[in-house]
Amino acid sequence: MAGCFTWIKADPMGIRIVPADAWVDPSRPVERALVTHGHADHARGGHGRTVATSQTLAIMSVRYGVTEGAQIAEYHEPVAIGGGVTATFLPAGHVLGSAQILLQHAGERVIITGDYKRSPDPTCAPFTVTPCDLFITEATFGLPVFRHPSIRDEIAKLLAAREAHPARCVLVGAYALGKAQRVIAELRAAGWDQPVYLHGAMETMCHLYQDLGVELGDLRPVAGVPKASLAGAIVMCPPSALNDRWSRRLPDPLTAMASGWMRVRQRVRQRGVELPLVISDHADWDELTTTITDVNPAETWITHGREEALLRWCELHQRKARALALTGYEDEDD
Amino acid sequence: MMKRFATLLDNLLLTPSRNGKLELISTYLRETADPDRGWTLAALTSAVDFPAVKAGTVRGLMADRIDPVLWTLSRDFVGDTAETASLLWPEPEHGGQEPQPTLGEVVTALSRATRASAPMVLAGMLDRLDTPGRYALIKFATGALRIGISARLAKVAFAQAFGVPVDEVEEYWHGQQPPYADLFAWATGTAPPPRTDLLPLFRPFMLAHPLETEAIDLADYVAEWKWDGIRVQIVNVGGETRVYSRGGDEISTSFPEIADALDVAAVLDGELLVRGTAQGGEAGGAASFNALQQRLGRKSVSKTMLADVPAFVRLYDLLILEGEDLRDRPWSERRGRLEALMPCLNPERFDLSQTIAAKDMAELAEIRASARDAAIEGIMLKHRQSPYVAGRRAGLWYKWKREPLLIDCVLMYAQRGSGKRSSFYSDFTFGCWNGDPDAGAELLPVGKAYFGFTDEELRFLDRHVRQHTVAKYGPVRETDRSLVFEVAFDSVHLSKRHKSGVAMRFPRINRIRQDKPAHEADRLETLRALVT
Repeated sequence: MAGCFTWIKADPMGIRIVPADAWVDPSRPVERALVTHGHADHARGGHGRTVATSQTLAIMSVRYGVTEGAQIAEYHEPVAIGGGVTATFLPAGHVLGSAQILLQHAGERVIITGDYKRSPDPTCAPFTVTPCDLFITEATFGLPVFRHPSIRDEIAKLLAAREAHPARCVLVGAYALGKAQRVIAELRAAGWDQPVYLHGAMETMCHLYQDLGVELGDLRPVAGVPKASLAGAIVMCPPSALNDRWSRRLPDPLTAMASGWMRVRQRVRQRGVELPLVISDHADWDELTTTITDVNPAETWITHGREEALLRWCELHQRKARALALTGYEDEDD
Repeated sequence: MMKRFATLLDNLLLTPSRNGKLELISTYLRETADPDRGWTLAALTSAVDFPAVKAGTVRGLMADRIDPVLWTLSRDFVGDTAETASLLWPEPEHGGQEPQPTLGEVVTALSRATRASAPMVLAGMLDRLDTPGRYALIKFATGALRIGISARLAKVAFAQAFGVPVDEVEEYWHGQQPPYADLFAWATGTAPPPRTDLLPLFRPFMLAHPLETEAIDLADYVAEWKWDGIRVQIVNVGGETRVYSRGGDEISTSFPEIADALDVAAVLDGELLVRGTAQGGEAGGAASFNALQQRLGRKSVSKTMLADVPAFVRLYDLLILEGEDLRDRPWSERRGRLEALMPCLNPERFDLSQTIAAKDMAELAEIRASARDAAIEGIMLKHRQSPYVAGRRAGLWYKWKREPLLIDCVLMYAQRGSGKRSSFYSDFTFGCWNGDPDAGAELLPVGKAYFGFTDEELRFLDRHVRQHTVAKYGPVRETDRSLVFEVAFDSVHLSKRHKSGVAMRFPRINRIRQDKPAHEADRLETLRALVT
């Protein structure tokens, strides 16, 4: 049954579905694009036609203005994209609206994961394990040193640090799409019911999440709030603002960074943060390898990340695999 | 418990400020029991050594537990063997059932271990720990913390923890072995201070305040040259001689000719210098600091080095002679005893720092200004009645450095600082013209400075850098080379390591010269003319 998947081509600018003349997450504008999720390195504007989940399209519309030729693909509903190929978007558990794309053609099933995770996230639908012949996976955290701890414990660390420094505010650096909202939702789940303050660059996306039905509680812009009244507050900002002049307006901020990279001390030091929070929206090593075992494909391709180690794991487990040299995917702030 | 030690290590790693680090260590020392706190202190001051455990022991353990390719990929990414191993160590089947080992237990087990049994002993303890605990254990066992804590900082934290004077801590510390039970007993008030008179121990140095506006009467103060070498203490007790540096580190093996030369039971304070004319010193006299640098930081010294760059000590003071502690006697009495001792010392290795005769400060200022010797850093003023006390005390000793040299340079690059300064561009690289700027000369970097300016000037500089950036290289910004600094420095030497061919000693930003156009900044030839 498993063939040689000649209808799927890995090109440096993305994955090409040959018979449909369409691309998945292309790094340059194309005529027909399938987009797994709204992060800027996967979702770019300017395509002729864009197929994505309704939430991803809403995110893209906020980021790039209204996209012409948008076509909604609801989770689990097959869409014919031409050339005898059907695409089914399945939840990937990465951020709101994120999807794996199941492509079916000529009796072969191919899944492109985009970015994904298996650990629970109150802001998006959980990853679904779906059998396929060719599994095209990410490997952002594809090294055995990456084992993401439970987010509950990390949130508890954040709240404990706040408690221990009542005169300071806790400034949490987090990716503006997905990570920030997940941290806020987990803070709410842990019982934090006071306002969460937002850097200007966070506001639009948080409000979009709220509009799309994700409960985030009382969110307020930090701009204009007097310094003294922010003592003991929790403030969210993009990672780039953590050590920027912008943070001088806050009362002696205790800097925290929510990222899977915080597992490694050298990365923590490079960031110059006081409170590393190991919170990632990507699969860790155990999730990556377990998922390959669960999905049990005939062949595995690895799109981006630390592909060497995952390739080695496949080799050690007698699984056919190859690394694709795709460009343009970033992982700095995840 | 190991957990407390692990938490301390991680917090120290993430706390940039010195005060924050002091607070963390002193709180830990107060709240932790013996002997764990003593072993922590030993680890922080690099006094822990288990010969049976090597870095290879850890690699060997990992080779049995993970594929070598995955290990190498992980190690390369993480950049630290101990951390990689702590992250990759398989979680034990029945995690958390056995209690975590204490540092005391770790020490007992590892000091009994042999090269053959060490891997098993270490593995058994790693199985009882979580990730941060494993990291701390491996760092502790292999004796390489590398977390940027100096021994001095640990001692200051110890003093702060128990409210005892840091000078006394320095004094008693050196005779003690980990886990320092007697030291803790003394600091917590349950025992008298440990005895220090029977061992060749380091005694804390007496230091000087910079002379600012104080009125000095030369009837009360004696003037003496301040030499530009490294301050050393030579201790001979019980037939053993040791040489200590400013920080109390033993450097006897770097300067064996000094350690071998003292055969009188005495504790001497002086400046270590090397002889030579090559770097501008007079024949048989002291060479500049630049010449001395070839001898610094070496664990062993070759015969050629001993012959070509011989060291000697110019003596300032006598602390203890044949068991008699002279430190509470006045300077004049100690000086008399030192002068009387000189004929008994090997003249090839020891000479006396001469006092300077001057009738008043005006004459002394003239003498100071005309001193051209490259090995002279300035003048010391010592109260004739001063006892020898640890650290800096007001009114006793002053240092009166030579006027700094000044040069106008152009700001070329700026880098962000760390800690409190992490949002500010506060490290500045500046350059001089390698010719006539109007005839196409270029700026070559001549030095780097990160102090000398006020907080207000720093805010100005930060703004200037941001508004005049022409390129960014990671944390570094290149500026449009429009701002002139007046840079003060103590001396300048030839250097092969710098493209400009010169290196400054102690450069700092003296003034920001907004009034001066960049093309009027100094040329390299001006700086070269000042080379000593």
